[in-house]
Amino acid sequence: MNAEQISIFLENTPGRLVEVTRIFEAGGINIRALSLADTSDFGILRLIVNDNETAKRLLQEKGFTVRLTEVVAVEVADRPGGLHAILVALAAAGVNVEYMYAFVRQSGRNAVMIFRFDDTRKAESILRERGMRVIDGNDLAAM
Amino acid sequence: MIFNEEFETMPREALEAIQLRRLQATAARVYNTVPFYRRRFEEAGVSPDSIRTLADLQRLPFTTKADLRDNYPFGMFAVPMDSVTRIHASSGTTGKPTVVGYTARDVQTWAELMARSLMAAGARKDDIVHNAYGYGLFTGGLGVHYGAERLGASVIPISGGNTRRQVMIMKDFGPTILTCTPSYALHLAEVAHEMGVSFQELKFKAGIFGAEPWSETMRREIERTLNLKAMDIYGLSEVMGPGVAVECIEAQNGLHLFEDHFIAEIIHPKTGAPQPYGTPGELVFTSITKEAFPVIRYRTRDLSVLHPEPCRCGRTLARMGRIQGRSDDMLIIRGVNVFPSQIESVIMESGRFEPHYQLVVDRIGTLDQLTVRVEVNEAMFSDAIKNLQSIERELERTIRETLGVTTRVKLVEPKGIQRSEGKAVRVIDNRKL
Repeated sequence: MNAEQISIFLENTPGRLVEVTRIFEAGGINIRALSLADTSDFGILRLIVNDNETAKRLLQEKGFTVRLTEVVAVEVADRPGGLHAILVALAAAGVNVEYMYAFVRQSGRNAVMIFRFDDTRKAESILRERGMRVIDGNDLAAM
Repeated sequence: MIFNEEFETMPREALEAIQLRRLQATAARVYNTVPFYRRRFEEAGVSPDSIRTLADLQRLPFTTKADLRDNYPFGMFAVPMDSVTRIHASSGTTGKPTVVGYTARDVQTWAELMARSLMAAGARKDDIVHNAYGYGLFTGGLGVHYGAERLGASVIPISGGNTRRQVMIMKDFGPTILTCTPSYALHLAEVAHEMGVSFQELKFKAGIFGAEPWSETMRREIERTLNLKAMDIYGLSEVMGPGVAVECIEAQNGLHLFEDHFIAEIIHPKTGAPQPYGTPGELVFTSITKEAFPVIRYRTRDLSVLHPEPCRCGRTLARMGRIQGRSDDMLIIRGVNVFPSQIESVIMESGRFEPHYQLVVDRIGTLDQLTVRVEVNEAMFSDAIKNLQSIERELERTIRETLGVTTRVKLVEPKGIQRSEGKAVRVIDNRKL
């Protein structure tokens, strides 16, 4: 199973973000990583959580527009040059990064990068060829 | 079916003879009983005797909403208060409401015209009318109510609001006719959907929608989501209330004006010059049977067009076109005239958006900016900013190409636009002019 991210449409008004975290608190949803992309009008909150289906359902019940998106989670060595090695390989193959964000695990020496590529399949095969660890969706949720 | 064959299918010549007689009587009565009209007639140099043909109506002065406000509350009544059995008032958009009165006979006339309207829209004695127009000072609720009773149908006087309860009653009571504003009809559909109730399982066959301007595309949307035939109805409290004109279910093409009780004219909104049949302009009404609150050439500010040709339903009454907006809600954005209903059409035609929208007008520096707020939905949403922005830009482009006006489209969250329980607030004008 590929890694999935939950994407939420948010109007740029006070209190919308706190509504999301309130729903998660009440529903026992744990956030692994997040990124917020915004324009002057609206934002898209992108999240990696421990239970996508429940999170999606809880948000939809409260009227949020939500979508599950396939992303690629890659383990990156937590040292200088770790991310660079990945990006060099992808750039050489002509794969474009739409957006990315990261989190560092408490245990272990590696960071996890979440990528959204224009060509997910191609990116995955390149990463695997280079011996990089692409994290399975279930493993990601369980982290 | 036709409720009053005699008057609704009368040859126009005979109808015009009745109109003239009733107009002469009304003009004489207001001249003698309402000081405002006597003064206006005198200022215009006309007397009731000078009306010899229907064309002479054009010699009488106009009446405006400001005139009604100046005579607040009862100054325009043409009968003593002990003859008035009902008082209504229209929601005051500015300051005081407009107050209107009815005698017992006026209420009967209104009931008949509303019964005609219901029947034209397909209602019969054995129907159940779910009347979600507001009851109270607003004429919608009680107007439809009396008409439905006059027809002999069963009325559910549900009034507006408490939408979830309305859905439950629609499910349990099985009403067959729905009456409310078009925006509330869509709201009902949305709430029913949330509750897991499908209009396919309900028993509605027709709906009569009015009290706010709507479009053909909105009609199609209502007919599809509510699974019924949607008819447009027109009325305003100053003239009577709902039941001044209505579409027939046979043609759904223009609203039949009950001309044995009202004379309709179309004038140029700027110059006041009478316009021929088929030319759009402002609707003007003269009531010719009202006792308590007759109006002479009342300027509605509603923009429409008149067609005198008989309809295939058999009615010989002239038809008015769907209201194209109001001559006073017309927005002028950087010199371009725009009616909210036109933008609504573009939004609905695109097929991507929910039928809820809001226009916000701001003045930034010296430039007016029109923001169109529409709701995002699951189908168009993705994790990429650029996809959503391209949806916004595309609607902006379509509006610009269709209407020649530059707008800024802004996606908002689902239900981000306030749902009306009555008249929808479509335009927010923040300009300080």
